Amino acid sequence: MAGQTHDFVTISGTRLELRRGGEGPPVLFLHGGAGNADWMPFMNRLAQRFDVIAPSHPGFDRSDTPDWLDSMSDLAYFYLDLLEALDLDGVHVIGHSLGGWLAAEIAVRSSARLATLTLVGAAGIHVPDVKKGDPFLWTPETLVRKLFFDQKRAEALLAQATSAEAADIAIKNRFTTAKLAWHPRFYNPDLRKWLHRIRLPTLVVWGAEDQIFPPAYGEAWRGLVAGATLTVFPACGHLPHVEKLDEFTAAFAAFINGAAQ
Amino acid sequence: MRFFCFHLMPYGALDLSWTDEHESAWVTLPNRYYDPKKGFELYNRYLDELIYADTLGFDGICVNEHHQTAYGMMPAPNVLAGALVRQTRNVRICVLGRALPLVNNPIYIAEEFAMLDNLSGGRLIAGFVRGIGCEYHASMANPGQSHERFHEAHDLIVQAWTRPGPFEFAGKHFHIQYVNLWPRPYQEPHPPIWIPSQGSRETIEWASHPDRRYTYLQTFSPIDSVAKYMQQYRDTAVAYGYQPTTDQLGWAVPVYVAETDEKALREAKPHAENFYAKFIKSPLEYRLPPGYTSMSSMKAMIESKFKYSLASPDMDALVSRGMIICGSPSTVVEKLEAYQARLGFRNLISMMQFATLPHELTMKSMAMFAAEVMPRLRSVGEPTGRPVRSMAAAK
Repeated sequence: MAGQTHDFVTISGTRLELRRGGEGPPVLFLHGGAGNADWMPFMNRLAQRFDVIAPSHPGFDRSDTPDWLDSMSDLAYFYLDLLEALDLDGVHVIGHSLGGWLAAEIAVRSSARLATLTLVGAAGIHVPDVKKGDPFLWTPETLVRKLFFDQKRAEALLAQATSAEAADIAIKNRFTTAKLAWHPRFYNPDLRKWLHRIRLPTLVVWGAEDQIFPPAYGEAWRGLVAGATLTVFPACGHLPHVEKLDEFTAAFAAFINGAAQ
Repeated sequence: MRFFCFHLMPYGALDLSWTDEHESAWVTLPNRYYDPKKGFELYNRYLDELIYADTLGFDGICVNEHHQTAYGMMPAPNVLAGALVRQTRNVRICVLGRALPLVNNPIYIAEEFAMLDNLSGGRLIAGFVRGIGCEYHASMANPGQSHERFHEAHDLIVQAWTRPGPFEFAGKHFHIQYVNLWPRPYQEPHPPIWIPSQGSRETIEWASHPDRRYTYLQTFSPIDSVAKYMQQYRDTAVAYGYQPTTDQLGWAVPVYVAETDEKALREAKPHAENFYAKFIKSPLEYRLPPGYTSMSSMKAMIESKFKYSLASPDMDALVSRGMIICGSPSTVVEKLEAYQARLGFRNLISMMQFATLPHELTMKSMAMFAAEVMPRLRSVGEPTGRPVRSMAAAK
């Protein structure tokens, strides 16, 4: 779909890289630790029905790295500023991985401008006795392989040439991810105490073969957010919105249609 | 030149076939490889070696801190420094160093160092480090806060040593309502502070600053890197407007001496190669957690595959790159004279035991080094001009 924009906006003094396309109710996509390098195929699909807004968080991609950025709490309040600044209402938030954690942190603070929540392979909580992957010990190549169930996708991604700027951005994204999620590793121990404050229709989406946050995390999220439904895709890794594009967009559409009733 | 006998206290009994199954001697090497009965023998043997250095006339003996690794068995170096203080009379006791960013209350480090300084009657040299990258995986300290926490912890410790207490210290990472050190350090104004480093511009600029003039120790690196960083230190000092003395520079390097060059190389070879192939070994992601260095340093290191990435470090390469000083006494004297002339350091931090080097060879090499090398280099590299503050309290 043509017509998406790729631009910069300044929110509360911080310059953000922002992609946006389509018309309809707003969908805010919050990316994970690897950043938001492109207008992705699932965004194209959603843009047929929605106004898809995909910023790069402060500290990621070509966005500023502001001095005030120390924690996920900082990032959550920043996004409340963003929702006001862009005057968005009735927003369908999709958060992936670190972005899923962020979505929950935003929603427990204020859901006033939100309509639904979709958590995809979301970080943010700790599930006892379930071993997570440790991307900080993996080489970049191992990380790519572990993101996908279908190793042909990993091979294809690894075969792509990387520009010098993309290599710099990969390091920047890794630095900011570490700053936000090093310890406690990819979660906030206080978050689960306040998840009852989320009273939005919530969809939890997981890959059955997720090697970073195993599906037990998806089940835990379903139990922690009242009324949440869980959809697990078989033969799928940490990126259901990439690896199971058709199934993901169908599940999201069904969820939104159901939530509207 | 001054001579400091450095020990890493490696787990020398390590099953060297560990590399068949594991990728790192750090953080994730299962501790079933560690046998406490061997540990009992090794700790006591290594302490004996350092105590022997005192009787041989070394100026100092040195321990340091590493965690969760076969590379060094001293997660708490001050425990061993405490043992050494009571069994030595003359040497400086050097803790090179404590990793400041890893602790949640640096006051404990200030206290332990002050205790050692009192207990030893002022023989302590206090080393401050950030800790190598692996320590951030082992401790979960955030590598992105490493520099900030290091500087803040340093300020807190030095203030705790020098400012009348109680006072309040309000930092970003450490906010201590009552700083009031008991005991205060024995040395005035405080123990000399040394800064061991693998080499980073940020550390050199900070250590050489006129307010600090801390002795900078370049640790195990190819000679060209050692030369580059020591020159950087001198250039930075000059840019700050003063001439640094040789006292402000130290070089940490494995040393092995035997009767002839041939014998020295033959005896040291397997152990020196083990040091680089089996003890330092860990993948890049272990050594460089995100945020541990600046982004530009990280990029440069990724591109150069990092300096330890010798594919298979053989003894010839280690010797020619200056990553070990090895030979007969006269060869070692010649080499150290030449390196001193090139590098301009006064403090030689010689690691007399490395990796699997056995006790008998260690003691033989130490004795020969003390008897036939040290006396011939005593007058080399002595500082000229005004002594710097960090060493003003030296004996």
